[in-house]
Amino acid sequence: MQMARVIGDVVATMKDAALAGHKLLVLQPITPDRQPAGRTLVALDAVGAGVGEHVFFVRGREASYPFLPAETPTDACVVGIVDRWDVDGVRS
Amino acid sequence: MQIARVIGTLVATQKHEKLHGGKLLLVQPLTLEDAPRGVPLLAIDAVGAGVGEKVLVVIEGRAAGDAVRRKAAPVDAAIIGIIDRVTLDEGASAAGRDSHARERRGAKGQS
Repeated sequence: MQMARVIGDVVATMKDAALAGHKLLVLQPITPDRQPAGRTLVALDAVGAGVGEHVFFVRGREASYPFLPAETPTDACVVGIVDRWDVDGVRS
Repeated sequence: MQIARVIGTLVATQKHEKLHGGKLLLVQPLTLEDAPRGVPLLAIDAVGAGVGEKVLVVIEGRAAGDAVRRKAAPVDAAIIGIIDRVTLDEGASAAGRDSHARERRGAKGQS
């Protein structure tokens, strides 16, 4: 999984039926010292995350697992909201 | 699998139910010369690794789910081993071998 900051959301009225009712979030992956780490992406939300929050997300087929047994076409899904993290003894 | 160093811990009370009870660790993938390679990842721990340890990380969803024995868990990275030693042959980088030798000497020197 990778850490990210939620920087926005996406509204798409016309979309795959299996995505109806799910929130689409814009994520900026980050390093533990809050630097951008790669391209932004859009992910489904499985935990009720909001803009500005630090989250972590899963990629690939496993991104569809939170919505089983529905087969949801997604390759990224937010699966946790970060309370805090510690690197080398320094708390963020 | 990838070799990585555990660089930290992460707490997330609000997370998918299949992740509850699992330890989440921040890991930095390494080259064979122990230099950072790429961005740090968050992995679920299946072997009881601690910060500072060098570990084996599987970065593929199905394997990661198998490692933590949870079916249909939304995970794509798991720590599946703690590394004791990496040995490279004569043709591999001398810098890599030297760094491992230095680590062992350093560890022995500590009281």
